[in-house]
Amino acid sequence: MARKISILVVDDEESVRDSLSNWFVEDGYEVECAENAKKALQLIESAHFDIILADIKMPGMDGLEMLRRIKSLKQDAIVIVMTAFASVNTAVMALKDGAYDYVTKPFDPDDLSHLIRNASKQISLSKENETLKEKVVMLDNVDDLIGNSEAMKKVLKQVESVAQSNSSVIITGESGTGKELIARAIHANSSRRYYPLVSVHCGALTESLLESELFGHEKGAFTGAMYNRKGRFEMADSGSIFLDEIATISSKMQIELLRVLETKTFIRVGGNKETSSDFRVICATNRDLKSMVEQGTFREDLYYRLNVVNITVPPLRERIEDIPLLVDYFIKKYCTTMNKPPITIDAAAMQRLEEYPFPGNIRELENMIERAIVIGNGKKITLKDLPFGKDMIDNSIESLDDFEKTFIRQILNKYSWNISRTAKALKVDRVTLYNKIKKYDLKPEE
Amino acid sequence: MAQQHITLISFGYFGKQFLDTIAEAVKKEFYINAIIRESHIDLNEFFDPGRRQYNGNKLLAAVDTMSDTDSLKTIGLFSVDLFIPILTYIFGQAALNGHAGIASLYRLSNERYGMRPDDKLLLERFTKEVVHELGHTFGLIHCSVPTCVMRSSTYVEDIDQKNLSLCSSCHAQLEIRQGTQKYF
Repeated sequence: MARKISILVVDDEESVRDSLSNWFVEDGYEVECAENAKKALQLIESAHFDIILADIKMPGMDGLEMLRRIKSLKQDAIVIVMTAFASVNTAVMALKDGAYDYVTKPFDPDDLSHLIRNASKQISLSKENETLKEKVVMLDNVDDLIGNSEAMKKVLKQVESVAQSNSSVIITGESGTGKELIARAIHANSSRRYYPLVSVHCGALTESLLESELFGHEKGAFTGAMYNRKGRFEMADSGSIFLDEIATISSKMQIELLRVLETKTFIRVGGNKETSSDFRVICATNRDLKSMVEQGTFREDLYYRLNVVNITVPPLRERIEDIPLLVDYFIKKYCTTMNKPPITIDAAAMQRLEEYPFPGNIRELENMIERAIVIGNGKKITLKDLPFGKDMIDNSIESLDDFEKTFIRQILNKYSWNISRTAKALKVDRVTLYNKIKKYDLKPEE
Repeated sequence: MAQQHITLISFGYFGKQFLDTIAEAVKKEFYINAIIRESHIDLNEFFDPGRRQYNGNKLLAAVDTMSDTDSLKTIGLFSVDLFIPILTYIFGQAALNGHAGIASLYRLSNERYGMRPDDKLLLERFTKEVVHELGHTFGLIHCSVPTCVMRSSTYVEDIDQKNLSLCSSCHAQLEIRQGTQKYF
């Protein structure tokens, strides 16, 4: 959906404002007018204008001063200055201060059309440039999808078939399996690929922050809202929005999200105007949404709205055959980033990696390889470069209690559940050990 | 109630056949009867001595007050050089979604550009200009289709490039705005 170019006309003469406004409206532009620089600056602070057409001679603040202030507020604003008095000095000053062009009133109709057409072209080129930059980054990331395993081939096939549709997608999988990469691949292969993929990490934001982030806000909507701000849904117009950790959103946000998905319209926080946006939703979660629905913690209607297509990314332990490919890819990646010559990995280290269950999935593997390159000898990754053994921290342990429980069980097993010997080894009395066994509900393994 | 119509008010010395041709084209394009009225206006009131041209904004406002009650839209036809304060000249203008418009053939004749007179071409250009301004009164904005009569024209050569009729997209928009109602 192409957005209309918006123009702000600033002139103290009403007839000039009216004439230009009529002319631009007939040309299909969105036009607002201001009779002086002060009002213009207020409008510019609260709304976005693609082109600002300003008179130089105005009572109060003149056009040149206004130009400087606009440029300090918005560096990339396109300002065209106009005057009834042709003066080379003023024109040079205006251009030096960052004006896009300078015209003398009255204009030839053709000059005016050309001027606005050229400015519009510059705006669309800048937008295209931004989109292409994003696309380059995106394509770079899509290359990170590595895998020859059957499980991964199945996922890639699903990506290919779902990309061309406009359906909502939920990507499920354990943490570190590459859900965001799958989302990028879906977007990059869809007809929306020339428009942005906007990512929102729902779990990282509080409810009110998430609301403002998704829907945008109007100036003054809350303390600190000094300017109008576009929300992520608005930014994703014609593109896709990726909602990571969707399971973490509150029940209030679930209702609002459902409404937006159904109508594709929303109102900025503190605003009263409905804004529409054409976006595709891709979500990700490492939790079981269906059981959350059954438990009543996730809305059923939202679940069905989002779950048109479900892609499950397999954990790394279910695609062991991809480990050598991934290792090779990460070695190349980090050697290039760290400006080191390419290195290899010895067979024992590779075998150990293939045997390891990788609870942190690909993210854990990537970190291991990066660490090995940093601390290794620069020629070959060996077993001692990998954080197995003493350095290894069990990823299932997330609290001190977990750690204590695991450790006590380990020592109890070591001494075949002989309480006295275990208490001695742990340097605690027997009563303390009994209390711990009771607390953690420890039982001898059969 | 009398039948609704579009009024073409002639403020210049235009021949009857000339005006009839324009009225016929208007009727064909907008599905509404077009009637012709002769009128007089003291153009001195609209003359700007500094620019030696006639103020289009003021003329448009004057034409707007001359509409009769059954007139859906009214277009003033002139033969003088029109301007608006910000532009050096205009061929015509209208209020978007309004009731009135104006058009002038002053800058449409070949002689003005040092070429041989061509009455047929002049009539064609003027008719396109009238249909264009009427389109604006029906809420149509400038069209990007090169042959559509709603394409913006700043030179007579631009006018010659386009057809006398609306493109299919503008036509569809017009029908929506008119509520597909035929007025005759």
